[in-house]
Amino acid sequence: MAHLASTPVLEPGQDRTMILNMGPQHPSTHGVLRVLLEIDGETVVRIMPDIGYLHTGIEKTCEAKFYQQVVPLTDRIDYLCPLTNNLCYALAVEKLLGLEIPPKAQWLRVLLNELTRINSHLVWLGTHAMDIGAMTVFLYCFREREDVLRLFETVSGQRMMTSYFRIGGLALEPPLNFFDRVRDFARRFPGNVDEYENLLTGNPIWGMRTKGVAKISAEDAVALGASGPTLRGSGVDFDLRRDMPYSGYENFKFKVPVSQDGDVFARYLCRVQELRESIGIVQQALDGMPSGPIKADAPKEDEDADGSTDLSLQNHHGRLCGSRGRGVPGRRVAAR
Amino acid sequence: MPFPPPVTDLEQLKGHPAVAALRAANAAAVQAVKFDRGEMTLVVERSFLREGCAVLRDDAECPFNFLSDVTCVDRYPSEPRFEVIYHLLSIPRRERVRLKVRLEGESPVVESVTAVWPAANYFEREVYDLFGVRFTGHPYLRRLLMPEDWQGHPLRKDYPVEGYR
Repeated sequence: MAHLASTPVLEPGQDRTMILNMGPQHPSTHGVLRVLLEIDGETVVRIMPDIGYLHTGIEKTCEAKFYQQVVPLTDRIDYLCPLTNNLCYALAVEKLLGLEIPPKAQWLRVLLNELTRINSHLVWLGTHAMDIGAMTVFLYCFREREDVLRLFETVSGQRMMTSYFRIGGLALEPPLNFFDRVRDFARRFPGNVDEYENLLTGNPIWGMRTKGVAKISAEDAVALGASGPTLRGSGVDFDLRRDMPYSGYENFKFKVPVSQDGDVFARYLCRVQELRESIGIVQQALDGMPSGPIKADAPKEDEDADGSTDLSLQNHHGRLCGSRGRGVPGRRVAAR
Repeated sequence: MPFPPPVTDLEQLKGHPAVAALRAANAAAVQAVKFDRGEMTLVVERSFLREGCAVLRDDAECPFNFLSDVTCVDRYPSEPRFEVIYHLLSIPRRERVRLKVRLEGESPVVESVTAVWPAANYFEREVYDLFGVRFTGHPYLRRLLMPEDWQGHPLRKDYPVEGYR
């Protein structure tokens, strides 16, 4: 606790405001951070977040790992979207190696990524609604989230720490009944979203507690580096999946929900629409799932044209292995 | 997807909006340029960094209005030891560019870009915390993730993975 005493404290502004400490153990913080609040009645005037309580030093841990060993670490960056984090990391290493990922692996990645988005949005919606007084929505959201987690378990053996994507493709073929189960979920889910919306979108209490709250203008959202639904809720029409597609997203058709108001309600609308778009992408992935291998061919070697290789691959079993993270410039490093 | 070999010739790359804008502002300050795997990287002089960022943000043709990330690489034991890296995105033009500035190991310091993009505030605090690079003109340069009384900067390469015991 000693360091808390030396952390910055807000100076009280006008006489009517009051400084309040929230956290780091406050039950509503969902992921532990400490927030110093300056409040005027029920309005938060200024906040000073104090983060780092969950910092686990993942980058430092990676320094002493092989490239393959980092995949499970990426799950732990955010337990709500393990597969998305797997994908980010895999895409980066694949770009370094210049690997071509087979279509089936790409489509499965997109399918699972969108299921991950649904999982993450459901936890956001459920806990957010619960925090401002709508307990039922929480139970409904977690009911569907459980379905998604069971799908993850089917495919990877793990509900949350999936580690299913590999550098160059996927760990395993999905089991035989996997696609049927996803199809069943995709058929049911739009009805579930209607259920949430029936409870919230037209609900006057929900409206009072979200409309006009925490407004962010489009200029501020861009300047502060907001991304995703937060950016689009402020009226900036930008989605990487559509505008700078990666991992085969150019093959899918979907709308990008944008809302102009910039308040909590606008961001809520964007995310709920995204739930519907995501399940549409899942459906497209199911309908057009290509056949073929799920792992890229392993190149026997990989060298930069300028000779500054720090990563090399030699393996005849169709499995990709990376060298130590820190290579010696200009010298090939042996792979295992 | 096998990538074509990287291009490092400034003349070949001068059509890129970021290269054109920075060359027009101060051609001497662009130390190196590299186009590799579809990504553009520019190394600029330390004294030009802040001005260069403002030029890119305000470019009429292709405004890089979004700062995605500020990070750092420790090249210990070689010199210049640190590379501070800025990832910029142009939302209107769907274009990315990476700016690098090289800093020596002995008291690395560079001007803050918080006045250009407010998003830089926390990124720079993180780089300061974990690498010990100082940013002049930063409104609030204090540790972000590690405790205030922590000794050393954990992401430096001479800092042991297990920490000091």
